[in-house]
Amino acid sequence: MRILIKGGRVIDPAGAIDKITDIYIDKGVIQEIGTDLDPEGLEIEVIDAKGMVVAPGLVDMHVHLREPGFEYKEDIESGTRAAAMGGFTSVACMPNTNPVVDSAAMVGFIKSRAAKVGKVNVYPIGTISKKQAGEELSEIGELKFAGAVAVSDDGKPVESASLMRRALQYANMFDMTVISHCEDVSLVDGGMVNEGYMATSLGLRGITPAAEEVMVARDIILAEHENVPVHIAHVSTKGSVELVRRAKARGVRVTCETCPHYFTLTDEAIEGFNTNAKMNPPLRSRQDVDAIIEGLRDGTIDVIATDHAPHHTDEKNCEFAAAANGIVGLETALPLGITYLVKTGILTLEELLVKMCVNPAKILGLGKGSLTVGKPADVVIFSTDESYTVDVSSFQSKAKNSPYDGYTLSGKVCYTIVRGKIVVMQGILL
Amino acid sequence: MLGKHKDLLGIRELTADEILYILKNAQTMKYILEQNNKRTPHLQGKSIVTLFYENSTRTRLSFELASKYMGASSANVSAGSSSVSKGENLIDTAKTIDAMGADVIIIRHAMSGAPHFVAKNVKATVINAGDGMNEHPTQALLDAFTIQQYKGGFEGLKVAIVGDILHSRVVRSNIYLLTKLGAKVAVGGPATLLPKGMDKLGADVFDNVQEALIDADVVMGLRMQRERQKSGLVPSEREYARFFGIDERRLGFAKPDALIMHPGPVNRGFELTSGVVDSDRSVINEQVTNGVAVRMAILYIFARRGGAGENTN
Repeated sequence: MRILIKGGRVIDPAGAIDKITDIYIDKGVIQEIGTDLDPEGLEIEVIDAKGMVVAPGLVDMHVHLREPGFEYKEDIESGTRAAAMGGFTSVACMPNTNPVVDSAAMVGFIKSRAAKVGKVNVYPIGTISKKQAGEELSEIGELKFAGAVAVSDDGKPVESASLMRRALQYANMFDMTVISHCEDVSLVDGGMVNEGYMATSLGLRGITPAAEEVMVARDIILAEHENVPVHIAHVSTKGSVELVRRAKARGVRVTCETCPHYFTLTDEAIEGFNTNAKMNPPLRSRQDVDAIIEGLRDGTIDVIATDHAPHHTDEKNCEFAAAANGIVGLETALPLGITYLVKTGILTLEELLVKMCVNPAKILGLGKGSLTVGKPADVVIFSTDESYTVDVSSFQSKAKNSPYDGYTLSGKVCYTIVRGKIVVMQGILL
Repeated sequence: MLGKHKDLLGIRELTADEILYILKNAQTMKYILEQNNKRTPHLQGKSIVTLFYENSTRTRLSFELASKYMGASSANVSAGSSSVSKGENLIDTAKTIDAMGADVIIIRHAMSGAPHFVAKNVKATVINAGDGMNEHPTQALLDAFTIQQYKGGFEGLKVAIVGDILHSRVVRSNIYLLTKLGAKVAVGGPATLLPKGMDKLGADVFDNVQEALIDADVVMGLRMQRERQKSGLVPSEREYARFFGIDERRLGFAKPDALIMHPGPVNRGFELTSGVVDSDRSVINEQVTNGVAVRMAILYIFARRGGAGENTN
């Protein structure tokens, strides 16, 4: 397929490009970037991108595709359809499936399923520990050579500090990023929402922010002593941001991500026992949200990931305590970033793209996240001004568990191009 | 009055006028209860189902008696002896009861918000008989009715509530109710049992029982749930009783005519000494009597709002 993207505002933070220009794609690869391109020949799909932004396809380093084992929630096909609709061309999927991705064979399964039914590039993440049991290291070298891009026991913390230390030492030999789900389970102590007024007034057990921060501090200390990298998943508290900020200032090789819900919602969203506002870590206070925003602004927080966590309706349409943790995020992440961070002047569009494609690609070593001549053409084209109302029933994801249903957001994905193939055209999934 | 409410889920949603309206109706019901022939036709033709997922003696019995005194058809579903024990989930059980034409479902559940969830999914009126650590609205209403009976009103009263504040649904409903009616509420207990944000609910919070009790007009003890203390929130019953239990000496900090209340069942010698429970200032048994009257009023007001038949609102 030959594609000519004409007249869009091309933003490629990695290549320091931000100008109105054209992009010509052929054989799956970006052939040329320049003004007034007019390639020879017939059968060229010309995309008029006037007034729109043309950027490297977004990279989400934290999604749950649920296959194998939980296909009733989501599978690789539906999850990557949702990714494409959200402008993501690459996703890294967490290994807490059933069975868990703790072997080369399981990595191979995900890759072959993705090759068959995936709409976007899928990068498996392996577990840190065998069976995700937190006891013995997984075969991290094998995982790497099978194609895993990182290791994480996401969904569960690595409770043993000693195991975490070994994981950091061992994974570093293979250039595998360790992604840490930070949660001290003993401090969670039956909690399910943020500790504070909302928890107390609804009679729900609170989770102290310390439950996250204690483990963020631990992992920073371990990474510092070993002089190896660590990536902190879904940072949600003011204290965590502060810990990462100070660690970075003294040269610790720590990176971190947050999710759109942690910069857009407070725990007030649980009012009325709203199970679509139940996630782990929980939505926090206004103070925490402000600190997350400041962390995004000053660069302490490197990445915006979705933690896309699809669940079946029955797992959310139930008592609050019985409801599953997590929300879907792929189809709302970019508009939430544009509406809450760019339109408000906190980040420039370029800075948002750094956190949604350049940095995650860099942390995982994907070789993605830029518009480079000769490289596979992963491109997203979106408008920043068009506003629309979120309607979960239109989601491509099997799951509809989003707290943003009915929100009016700015920013709409018009085209998603994966390896030179148009996957989303004029907002419609092909 | 109360026209916009299909359900009674919590005191949080009620206005002061709505609360006073319920209490006024309870006066009439108490008069009926005091008669030789306790029978009224208020709820004839109405069906009332109690759906209890937690054990209860007084709440369940008082709802049942209230239904029967007013001529309703009533039935019980216990979690242990129904499809619940076969793994049926709450929403399906509730919809089944609804489909049989229940006008009122009275629910007690260990999970906060369970009655709210049921209410959204059934036509019947839902009355919360205690949900997790959230609310126990009928208990707060009977407590208020009792306070009104002895103190005449609420304005300017100080009510001290002492014990396991963290797990108590009674304390939350009471704080909402009493502050709406102009009383001051002080809560006291060990720091490990005081959840963050309690002050924003409208109560003064003390980790020292004496301070909470100073000049109180009403002293309310809360049941220390033995099964919950295993997680180490307090070191032992002995230590709790010594530093936080209400005994005659500590009661000296309250006003001399302070009422002693307790939602029951009391752990004698743990949260209250027997001397305090049995003192002539104790109105614990009167609370139980009032519980029936208040629940009669609640059923009378709410029973015609939901269910299969014509709705009045």
